[in-house]
Amino acid sequence: MPAPESLIAPQPPTATRPLVEHFKEGLAAPICLTWELTYACNLACVHCLSSSGRRDPRELSTEECYGVIDELQRLQVFYVNIGGGEPMLRRDFFEILGYAESHDVGVKFSTNGTYIDATAARRLAAMDYLDIQVSIDGASPDVNDVVRGEGSHAAAIAAMGHLRDAGFGPFKVSIVATRHNIDQLDEFKALADSFGAQLRITRLRPSGRGVDSWDDLHPTQDQQRQLYRWLLGRPDVLTGDSFFHLSALGESLPGLNLCGAGRVVCLIDPVGDVYACPFVIHDEFLAGNVRDEGGFTRVWRESDLFTSLREPDNPGACASCGSYDACQGGCMASKFFVGLDVTDPDPECVHGAADEKLAALAAAAGAGTPSPLPRPAADHSRPGAGEPVPVVLRR
Amino acid sequence: MDLATPYRLDPQVSLRPEEFGALAYHFGNRKLSFLKHPDLLRVLEQLDTEPTLEAALEAAGIERTRWVSFLKALETLESSEMIRART
Repeated sequence: MPAPESLIAPQPPTATRPLVEHFKEGLAAPICLTWELTYACNLACVHCLSSSGRRDPRELSTEECYGVIDELQRLQVFYVNIGGGEPMLRRDFFEILGYAESHDVGVKFSTNGTYIDATAARRLAAMDYLDIQVSIDGASPDVNDVVRGEGSHAAAIAAMGHLRDAGFGPFKVSIVATRHNIDQLDEFKALADSFGAQLRITRLRPSGRGVDSWDDLHPTQDQQRQLYRWLLGRPDVLTGDSFFHLSALGESLPGLNLCGAGRVVCLIDPVGDVYACPFVIHDEFLAGNVRDEGGFTRVWRESDLFTSLREPDNPGACASCGSYDACQGGCMASKFFVGLDVTDPDPECVHGAADEKLAALAAAAGAGTPSPLPRPAADHSRPGAGEPVPVVLRR
Repeated sequence: MDLATPYRLDPQVSLRPEEFGALAYHFGNRKLSFLKHPDLLRVLEQLDTEPTLEAALEAAGIERTRWVSFLKALETLESSEMIRART
């Protein structure tokens, strides 16, 4: 789950119950949430979680975005992770950032960097309570551009240079771990260090267009172990607490080892739909819309979906596994989009507990048995997407 | 921590009550802290107005036998700049 990047838990007066038990039952408001501002994107990354490309005509207006921020301020949601699409494509992007800043809602936004030129970098550096993460998926253009589009590596590196030159401070370089970039972990670290940035590595999910690229991109079992060992030795590398399924390998990775979907995190999409987490844009995980009566607050506190996600876990097929306490059965979204049940083991279970069922699903698909995988609720890919598109750098 | 010293919550810190205690967020250094007991929130709420740390603990109704654990928690909060001595 995307979790606070810098988290401390003082050990005061004995807590009556472990904190995670409270988290599982849902908090009065999210700890943080992801808010995708637009489905428009100049790139067409093959693993895009939100199948972005074209703007949706129903996207929230500027005033409606301000309304969401007002609500988040009332709920004391201290910060949001803004994404998209490419959020900087919204013409009111800086206005929305400014409104959040002046209403006690801190912002971290994800960008592919294309629109961070020297001027934009200076404007961003002048804002408070703002954090930026620039996405790349390869330390070199050849590895990166196959996934994100020709020129996208150069665009991201140029943006990092502009942020450094503008004195923005320690922004984040954000990588999704794939089969093709796991061998570049040290290079990613060196790259981030060279810009005075913090490295952030998160887990690939078979969500959005990731459904189609999953088989080619997701790390092998050996690579998962390699990544786990690498992360254990580098607690300064951020992970959004997304690799909790790897905790089944032994020592737990730092952070919250649980699925926070609908409990401590959620997603607001560009049209105001509220989903359990950023990785489950699908009707099955749609809790409501911020335009509904009662707004986001009511969706968070009263929706049937979120209420059910806060019920005690059903360990399902994992009940007899000794690692369940460590990995909590893994990621709900990853299971769902590869065709597993949410009570099945994670498709990347380090013990291979899902392999048999995955093989059966693959065999059924191969035999022509109709076993359509769940598709995202809304696909905003541009026609012909499936191939990453080239980036044209702005000077 | 010195019981005779007055303390205050950093003005950039916001507190959000939760059933388990509270969330404390520092907008400046972006640190989030989980206060794992509602009584700790009550102490923090007294800091700004009470003349000393001791007075804040008393005003929050914390029994003296529990002060050691509270001081430890407050020390952690001081090291992450959530609270600081008032001058």
